[in-house]
Amino acid sequence: MSDPVNSIAEWLRTIFSNWGLSEGLITVILAVLGVVILAAFVLIIDIMLVWIERKIVARFQDRFGPNRVGPFGIIQPIADVIKLLIKEDIMPNGADKFIFNIAPIIALAAVLLLWAVVPFAPTIIGADINVAVLYVVAIGSIGTLAIIMAGWASNNKYALLGAFRTVALMIAYEVPMLIALLVPVLLARSMGMQTIVAAQSTWYIFVVPLAAVILFISSIAELGRTPFDISEAESEIVAGFHIEYTGMKFGLFYAGELLHALTVSALISTLFLGGWRGPFVDQVPILGPVYLFIKSFLVYYLIMWIRYSFPRVRIDQMLGFNWKFLTPLALFLLIVVAILDKLLVGTSQAVYVLVMLGANLVIVWATVLILRAYARVERKRIGEERPVAISPDTESSELVGQE
Amino acid sequence: MTVLQVIFLITAVVTLGGAVMVVTARNLIHAALWLILTLFGVAVLYGLLNATFFTVIQVVIYIGAIAILMIFAIMLTRRVKQEAGSSVNKGWWLAGLMSLVLFTALVWMFSTWSGFQTTLPVMPANVDTIKVLGTALVSPNGYVIPFEIASVLLMAALIGAVVVAWERKS
Amino acid sequence: MISLSYFLVFAAALFCIGLYGVLARKNAIAILMGIELMLNAVIINLIAFWRFRSPEMIAGQAFAVIVFAVAAAEVAVGLALFISIYRRRNTIAADEIDLLKW
Repeated sequence: MSDPVNSIAEWLRTIFSNWGLSEGLITVILAVLGVVILAAFVLIIDIMLVWIERKIVARFQDRFGPNRVGPFGIIQPIADVIKLLIKEDIMPNGADKFIFNIAPIIALAAVLLLWAVVPFAPTIIGADINVAVLYVVAIGSIGTLAIIMAGWASNNKYALLGAFRTVALMIAYEVPMLIALLVPVLLARSMGMQTIVAAQSTWYIFVVPLAAVILFISSIAELGRTPFDISEAESEIVAGFHIEYTGMKFGLFYAGELLHALTVSALISTLFLGGWRGPFVDQVPILGPVYLFIKSFLVYYLIMWIRYSFPRVRIDQMLGFNWKFLTPLALFLLIVVAILDKLLVGTSQAVYVLVMLGANLVIVWATVLILRAYARVERKRIGEERPVAISPDTESSELVGQE
Repeated sequence: MTVLQVIFLITAVVTLGGAVMVVTARNLIHAALWLILTLFGVAVLYGLLNATFFTVIQVVIYIGAIAILMIFAIMLTRRVKQEAGSSVNKGWWLAGLMSLVLFTALVWMFSTWSGFQTTLPVMPANVDTIKVLGTALVSPNGYVIPFEIASVLLMAALIGAVVVAWERKS
Repeated sequence: MISLSYFLVFAAALFCIGLYGVLARKNAIAILMGIELMLNAVIINLIAFWRFRSPEMIAGQAFAVIVFAVAAAEVAVGLALFISIYRRRNTIAADEIDLLKW
């Protein structure tokens, strides 16, 4: 029983063929079964995520968090779901009914679809397609679409503003994300997730840490989490695109958002932290999912840590940060990695990793130097323009004397 | 009817229905959403043709970028007056007639061609199409010049779009 | 058995629907959507010919990539033009944009 999932599949296959079903039908049934099980598994984790997120944010804010329902408040998410289900379902005036209703479904489905290419173990993966990395980007754009549909169909100015902001944000941050995704693809010579994981005898975070950081930042932007949560910015546009949603429709957005964070963590773990790799995984493949989820939750914790520690940035700062800093840096990194990869053909693994790591650190160091110089100039500029506080009864001659 | 045919027919009907809605829907946002459905249908057809790369690229470029940009542009250029008037111009019946004539002519022309009923050949085994495509696009014996020209075109479009849409403060 | 004719007829239909959109619609963005449909029909043809006639060669796919690039460039410039026109004339109805210079 080294590989329970495939053994169960084989067992079911023999049962079905004993029933006299045709080969094609059995394959279809098993595929549907696999999809249902994977989706259900992920959604159950999603319910637990509500509790985890609330408990951890409470710790960050020096509170206890949910602690009334069940031990440590662990049944709280179930209570939340019941509450959401029995709430009144409100349809705003002038809303586009069909689009309004379908948007939350697409939002959650887009996140669930991503799990199709996450490799859980050497033999357990939804679909090992050879364009998996591009698939991730493609599904991400469907998520954007859901947000636009929700924002537009709500017939609400705040919702529309939120949708607008999301489009500006997502289209912008997709560029560095795609470039950062290309780096592991370049190193593994493949866009298939299993090949990328198999190629990581040294985790890619130790080979190209900068790419991992760029992917991490742009993924947080793609998630729309603080410090990039301008699409729902509570203090500016109330709740953004989901302002008009109530009950379980809001619940779907909420669940989708939480699950998206874990999904992104799983993808980052797969691409940079070795996915299911870990000790003894070759003998016992079932350890693969365990390692994957440990790594994913570590990344998820990092995302939460950032979310609850940083304030929101302004939209112009955010787009400026992307176009003036992240995109050029990612492009430069990609070029450097490509050239080094070509130069280092035939060298040993250790030399390869060390040179790559060194190059990354040099780029980081140079970036920090440039940023410091820029910050010094900027500080000087702002320092000169600083307005002088004038009290109404101050004489103008005194003001001249001060400066 | 094989499974492939059934999938093709369902997809084709949905896609063409979506396409008709794109050109007839009065509400432009609805037209854009129908366009997205149509593009999805086309993506599925690429999948049927064993071109998975294009399935994914279709979603990334057409749905993720082009359709969303269009929705963005529609929202930026909305006018209440526009929704009231007719969404088609005076000669729309002529346009419809021309399209029908063209369709008939195309199908008639195809049907006289000997290769019209070509059946599906087996995919050559052990060939990674993506790898072959990637190599072909950048090899001097392949398509490196069209590829480079396309990248120059994209660069020009990028700069051109910024210049054209730039709001000059006067 | 599925044959090339399926895809050719489908692409022809999609192309003609797109053509109707280009010729009949008033709104410039709707016209652009029609053009997108036509380009998609072209790509389907390219890929169908690749798959049915010469799956061992890559020419069809290579040209489809170029068409994708052209479509993206066209939309970027087209939408920028429409937004610019809208700012000056407050309309993007194709039959109201009738001056060469303003």
